[in-house]
Amino acid sequence: MPTHTFLLNGKRVSVDVADDVRLLWVLRDLLGVTGPKYGCGLEVCKACTSHINGKAFNPCAVPVGQLNEDDEITTIEGLPATVGRELHPMQEAWLEADVAQCGYCQPGQIMAAVAKVRQKGGALTDADFDEIRNICRCGTYARIREAINQGASRM
Amino acid sequence: MTEQRRPSPYPQTHPQTPVEPHPEAPDAPPGPGRRGFLGWVLAGPTLAVAAPLIAASTGGDPAGAVIPSLPEPADLFDLGDLQDLAALPTSHLVKVTIGADGTASFALPRAEVGQGITTSTAMLIAEELDLPLDRVEVTLADARPELLFNQLTGGSNTTRSTYDAVRGAAALARARLLDAAAKEWGVARSQLTTKDGVVHGPGGRSAGYGELTAKAASSTIVRTQVSLKPRSAFSVIGTPRNRVDALAAVTGRKQYTLDHDVPGALPTMICRPPTINGTPKAVRNRAAVLAMPGITDVAMISTGVAVRGRTFGQCIDAVRALDVEWNRGTEDGKSDDDVLAELRKAELPLLVPKVSLLAKTVEGSFTFRFRSNSPLETGSAIADVRDDGIEVWSCLKVPIAFAEQVAQKYHLPVSQVTVHVTQGGGSFGRHLFSDAALEAVEASKAFGKPVKLMWHRTDDFRQGRTHPMATSRVRATYLLGNVLTYEQRHTSISTDFRHGLGEMLTAMAAKLPGGDYTFAQSIFMLTSNVSYDYGVTDQLLNEVDGGFNTGSMRNIYSPDVCTAQELITDQLAKVARSNPYAFRRKFVKHARGRAVLDKVAQVGNWGRAMPAGTAQGIALHNEYKGWCACLVEIDCRPQTVQREVRDGWTGPRVTKVVFAVDVGLVINPTGLVAQMQGGIMDGIAQTLTSSLHLKDGAFLEGSWDNYFYTRQWNVPPDVQVIVMPSTSDRPGGAGEFGVAASMAAVACAYARATGHVPTEFPINHAQPLGFEPLPTVPPIPPSPTDGLDHAF
Repeated sequence: MPTHTFLLNGKRVSVDVADDVRLLWVLRDLLGVTGPKYGCGLEVCKACTSHINGKAFNPCAVPVGQLNEDDEITTIEGLPATVGRELHPMQEAWLEADVAQCGYCQPGQIMAAVAKVRQKGGALTDADFDEIRNICRCGTYARIREAINQGASRM
Repeated sequence: MTEQRRPSPYPQTHPQTPVEPHPEAPDAPPGPGRRGFLGWVLAGPTLAVAAPLIAASTGGDPAGAVIPSLPEPADLFDLGDLQDLAALPTSHLVKVTIGADGTASFALPRAEVGQGITTSTAMLIAEELDLPLDRVEVTLADARPELLFNQLTGGSNTTRSTYDAVRGAAALARARLLDAAAKEWGVARSQLTTKDGVVHGPGGRSAGYGELTAKAASSTIVRTQVSLKPRSAFSVIGTPRNRVDALAAVTGRKQYTLDHDVPGALPTMICRPPTINGTPKAVRNRAAVLAMPGITDVAMISTGVAVRGRTFGQCIDAVRALDVEWNRGTEDGKSDDDVLAELRKAELPLLVPKVSLLAKTVEGSFTFRFRSNSPLETGSAIADVRDDGIEVWSCLKVPIAFAEQVAQKYHLPVSQVTVHVTQGGGSFGRHLFSDAALEAVEASKAFGKPVKLMWHRTDDFRQGRTHPMATSRVRATYLLGNVLTYEQRHTSISTDFRHGLGEMLTAMAAKLPGGDYTFAQSIFMLTSNVSYDYGVTDQLLNEVDGGFNTGSMRNIYSPDVCTAQELITDQLAKVARSNPYAFRRKFVKHARGRAVLDKVAQVGNWGRAMPAGTAQGIALHNEYKGWCACLVEIDCRPQTVQREVRDGWTGPRVTKVVFAVDVGLVINPTGLVAQMQGGIMDGIAQTLTSSLHLKDGAFLEGSWDNYFYTRQWNVPPDVQVIVMPSTSDRPGGAGEFGVAASMAAVACAYARATGHVPTEFPINHAQPLGFEPLPTVPPIPPSPTDGLDHAF
């Protein structure tokens, strides 16, 4: 069984598993990192959104064999450390707006929001929001929008 | 994006209005307005107090104990009252304990699925105990069979049914802590006050609850009585508070079922049939699948073929590889039109009203398609079936019914079935049922090993529960400024109530209004009513076809019934040469309804000039002892409707929502606003975009890019929720309350913008399918491999 090595939330990890197992299951089932959630396994709901080398992606759609040993994977658990703080400004904005209801989609929402704000270089326009595909079945979208632009102003 | 603040729904911090220390009332019997409360101090090393879940109040009969007669039972006695009442004779104790660290702990016998009840419950305890909110810990209780009906989460009923008991238990704890301090210091209890978890006495003496808890403890069970704080003294209830689990949610630390690490419980999935409720006949390649990488077990269970493996990814591969012979399902060959024909055949006739020939008649017939109540977390459960008992972890809203079902099936005493209620990733009706947990038990039994079972998203849409398809026919008559009659005939694919609520109703049947109705008819009567003075009103339900997996969906009948009612109300307004707001204002039954209508009309600038193809809509709803109104603006112009979003449904866009809500007594305005915002997103989806298409015995939708729940491109840029000042001493319901008025207001706005009254919901259902359906064999699609190409 092949061994896969990559950086996960700042630490080097190695795992023995077949190449084609998607990263989401390597994280959740083998490494016990449960912040990224399963919502579809089809790269649609975006509940598992995490970062690879600082960019948002969905580990449910990436076979672990595609990772290089220098690839840096950041899940919600590792997000605060990327800015050297207890909480990332986007997480703080999320708390202030009391966004979460059931909370299940929120790690993915926050990871997508951070990447989208970085990509756009600041607060999002209505058109930019259309590019955020993450589902929130509780319907917290109104507060998500408010939190993203609050968080953007502090990133 | 704005929210109306009354008071500010979420300030940056929680500025506590300076509150006077809570003075201790003399030990006099409770007077009028002070609710006396009986409870027990339990034996133990630190203080533990207990109260009956439904308060045996000495301050009068509990709300709803008097059952009114027909007509319009829901006006006076609704589903929540039934739940309250069902709990009365069987109520047992809920317990608040004070730890040596001064924190209060409480295990809530309900399920938290996002509706915020752990936060609102912690607020009730903080209020009566004079303890900071962050020192109250509310967890979810395991199944407690002795609670019987008192452990069912549904019908927006949690706060209504636990309001007195939770406060009572906290008040008992506080009284006992005061007694301990009084004894310790040799002073009268009336000289003591409490603030922020500290008892203060004469001469500047003080002691934290943590210091007092062992002294306040009892070695025997003591019956005792306390008074609850009057509403005028509240300093926590009614103030905006953020969720107690928010930090856990945003850091990924909040644990849902699948995040629990139970030793040996390996990932498990089910290969499911190609049509609804098919069953497995034979597995043709078991050995080959068992030999696949990571797979440890393969076995037939009642609903399909279970596979267990090292990772869920390998289970997905195994499910796809299985070659299974299937028995027929329960709806094989049926498509949408067949079901609609069944409903039409079952529609009860509308009466010919005995009114003047001069009266004008307004009629409508509306169809509501199947909708999925799937939350974002798919069905999931961990089960460990051992010789000495069964242990289950799952988000169950009726855990007792599940425990009893399992005990009966496997011939165990119910005491050998342990059910841990886990935090839910949404519910919307799904978690009233225990489908995944029952399968997990079956699979664990078949394998002789613990399992962590997860439904695939595609299965969750196709084999999971749905809100039943329904039709609603309405006929109203109008003459000389009066609505003389209003009749509504709601016809539905039957809703499954076999989750505990049914049993509750059986037990209560003799006491129900009318007495001889079916479960469904009783629930319909208890949840449906007409918000307006429409003369002789008559609403009836008929149900057919029990072959679908159904359930409620953030309401049972109300959103559909309300949408039909409100569209007809707009038609009546037209006949009366009035406008939708003025007409509703004139006919609304209650001043509370008029107040919410006025509020949205004023804040939403009702009647403002708008371009052709856009319009406002207004609607009203009354349920859960509350009133709410919704005003929306919709844009149906071609440039908006034809917006392109990859694999998304755009269509008409709601551009603004103003929503006013009066729930009686507000516990947490921040949480209430959140629930209304969520209900608004559901209402928009149900009118415009979200449905399941049935074809040849199977639903076509298999992904969130097929089932068009509201996404960012459908979200109104302007959403304002206004919390009305409390109008009652009792809390109403919140979780489901926002859907009906929103759904109806969007429908009314669409009719006014397009000049065409919609008769089918969602309005996109009959349009060409917006996606390519996934195959049904294998039942689930593979996960993509090109995720890195889409990184941003």
